[in-house]
Amino acid sequence: MSTVMHVLPYLVAAYVFLTGCYGLATSRNLVHAVGCLAVCQCATYVLLLAVGYRDGATAPVFSDIAPGSRPVVDPVVQALTLTDIVVGATVTALLLALVLQIAKRHGTVDPDELRELRG
Amino acid sequence: MNRLRLWLLAVGGAGLAALLVAACLDLPGFGGRHHPYGDRAVQASLARHTANTISSVNFDQRAYDTLGEMSILFAAVLGCVVLLRQARDEHRAPPEPAEVARPVRRYALLVLPVALVTGLYVVAHGQLSPGGGFQGGVVAATALHLLYLGADYGALERVRPLGVYETSDAVAVCAYLVLGLASVLAGTAFLANTLLPYGTFNTLSSGGAVPLLNAAVGMEVASAVVVLLAHFLDQAVEIEEEHGS
Amino acid sequence: MADALIVVVLLLVAASATAAVAQRDPARQALVLSFLGTLLAALFTVLQAPDVGLSQLAVGSALTPLLIMLCVRKIRRRGRSKEDAR
Repeated sequence: MSTVMHVLPYLVAAYVFLTGCYGLATSRNLVHAVGCLAVCQCATYVLLLAVGYRDGATAPVFSDIAPGSRPVVDPVVQALTLTDIVVGATVTALLLALVLQIAKRHGTVDPDELRELRG
Repeated sequence: MNRLRLWLLAVGGAGLAALLVAACLDLPGFGGRHHPYGDRAVQASLARHTANTISSVNFDQRAYDTLGEMSILFAAVLGCVVLLRQARDEHRAPPEPAEVARPVRRYALLVLPVALVTGLYVVAHGQLSPGGGFQGGVVAATALHLLYLGADYGALERVRPLGVYETSDAVAVCAYLVLGLASVLAGTAFLANTLLPYGTFNTLSSGGAVPLLNAAVGMEVASAVVVLLAHFLDQAVEIEEEHGS
Repeated sequence: MADALIVVVLLLVAASATAAVAQRDPARQALVLSFLGTLLAALFTVLQAPDVGLSQLAVGSALTPLLIMLCVRKIRRRGRSKEDAR
């Protein structure tokens, strides 16, 4: 159990990332591709937080626990993930805006049809 | 062509998967005790009287990094505004009022102030409890859009003068920069948290510049999300292309 | 006990990520993504990261699916008005 537990979260992160990549490469709709990219982003959050976890520890917030009374998990990776989530959402929005422009200019959101249009 | 592409994907994916698994097996075990950076970040946060270590990392120890994140956010919103503006061959049509069930309408109007206050509370207590500018900003901005469900699109547009939010987005980024420059003028490093007194641990005014930077980020994220959603809503509901173009 | 909970949520996240990629219709994918966002928020809370969980709850389960749905609606409406014009 414990040896599996030591790598399982990392493996799940890797699996989610590869799944997202598969979706990106085989997508027939650009909006769907952006959704798959969001799945890929989730993998990085899982990986970062898994690296910072500590067995039996609590959240690194000292408003209701005395400092030093309990071990806490790594706050640095949490801060990295936190900003990444919000910034990732706005980047997703930018990509969706680009997709809307493509739909307006070319009348399709299928990447294969777009390639044919370009010739 | 398509089959070739799938084969290429399969080979590349298998290679990447093998590398990732090998890397996972070599990472320090999940739940381990050895977190040198985490321990030092906690020490530094407590030394500066910030109860929420994550806020301390974001707005004090790695404040420069957060400035970069803010710039990405700002640039992404700017890009969306440019891409989603009304083009010359488009016109605005007032949207038809949609049927919304009355219980849903009432519930939306009931939840709206609660969600808005929750968002602002989460921003204000960023240095004490879980939360902060990034989360609270998104909550407050999304809450505002319950008005679309509770009333109609016109009402939403009236409480949401877009120019004001676009300006406040830019003002918030400038405020962050000015706070950083203030510490340079005081003779320390850019964004160094040495200017303000650290205050009493676990009170609203603790942590030196952390609450101010936190508020600036909250303002920026909230206005950025409002602007983004406004432009997407405009595209989805109001803006139509001229027929026959 | 905590380990068992983490394993269960991790497997749920993996399953719903697969579902989100397998669902080819963007409007339905937005719903699955919203579910995935909620599960991730639960996972982050179990991993003792309430800050990140809150952020993920606001963004992953509300903002991103909403943007995708608005985008889908715009593209569908365009298609319809093009057909009307013909």
